[in-house]
Amino acid sequence: MSAAQVALDRVTRVPGVRGALIASSTDGLVVAEQLMDGVDGRAAAALTGSLVARLARTTAGAGLRAPVFLHLRGEGGSILAAPGTDGLVLVAVAGPEANVGLARLEMLNAAGRLG
Amino acid sequence: MRALEPWVEAPLQAFLAESAARLTLLMTSSGQVVAQHGFGRSLDVMTAAALGAGIVASTEELARLMGAPKFEALVHHGGHQSCLLAAFATPRGRWIGLVVFGQETSVGIVQLFFDQLVQQLTDSAPREQAPAPRLAENFEHELDASLRALFGR
Repeated sequence: MSAAQVALDRVTRVPGVRGALIASSTDGLVVAEQLMDGVDGRAAAALTGSLVARLARTTAGAGLRAPVFLHLRGEGGSILAAPGTDGLVLVAVAGPEANVGLARLEMLNAAGRLG
Repeated sequence: MRALEPWVEAPLQAFLAESAARLTLLMTSSGQVVAQHGFGRSLDVMTAAALGAGIVASTEELARLMGAPKFEALVHHGGHQSCLLAAFATPRGRWIGLVVFGQETSVGIVQLFFDQLVQQLTDSAPREQAPAPRLAENFEHELDASLRALFGR
């Protein structure tokens, strides 16, 4: 099993996580994905990749280091993103009932091994 | 942004706002320009339209030779600018989109909103059949009028 599949397995095993994918933040394309039906991985990769790239530019412009974790919370759930190496981003789509703390731990651990 | 047909304007405007594309050209499969954004000279837009239509025709013929379905999109990644070229079906026939974008956006974003543009064009296209292309007696006058509409002069 590839490192990408291992990372996705660990994240999608967290209760409440509806899917995870690895995207390239530079071009916003899906590298690998494990998603439930109804989750648009292409849109998640494009929009989250763009958001992570913009945040990295923003923090660099402010003289800060790039963010290591992103939690975008909405009424129906959350988007979690953990930038890894080589411009890859680990993204998870979580429902409102998800254990976000555990997902965050798994994602930070897995993102460090990407690339 | 300039469009020959008013119903194209809203979908194209939404695409431009979301994708941050630098240049966009919509044309028929024969290279007739339908709408453009970002081009400053009529010569440039006509050249881009002719080249874009030619590239799509070439790739579709390549696909046919390989026994594959038509290619959905062609993306050229450049150092500072990239280019997306895609053909799609509309109620008005087969059209081609040419999008040039820079590092302020990504190919994923451009493709995502280009698909939405195609869907919106399909939904908002008038159902009556467009007049068949023909060489009218006042062809030159109509060409001038189209160029004025596309470039505002």
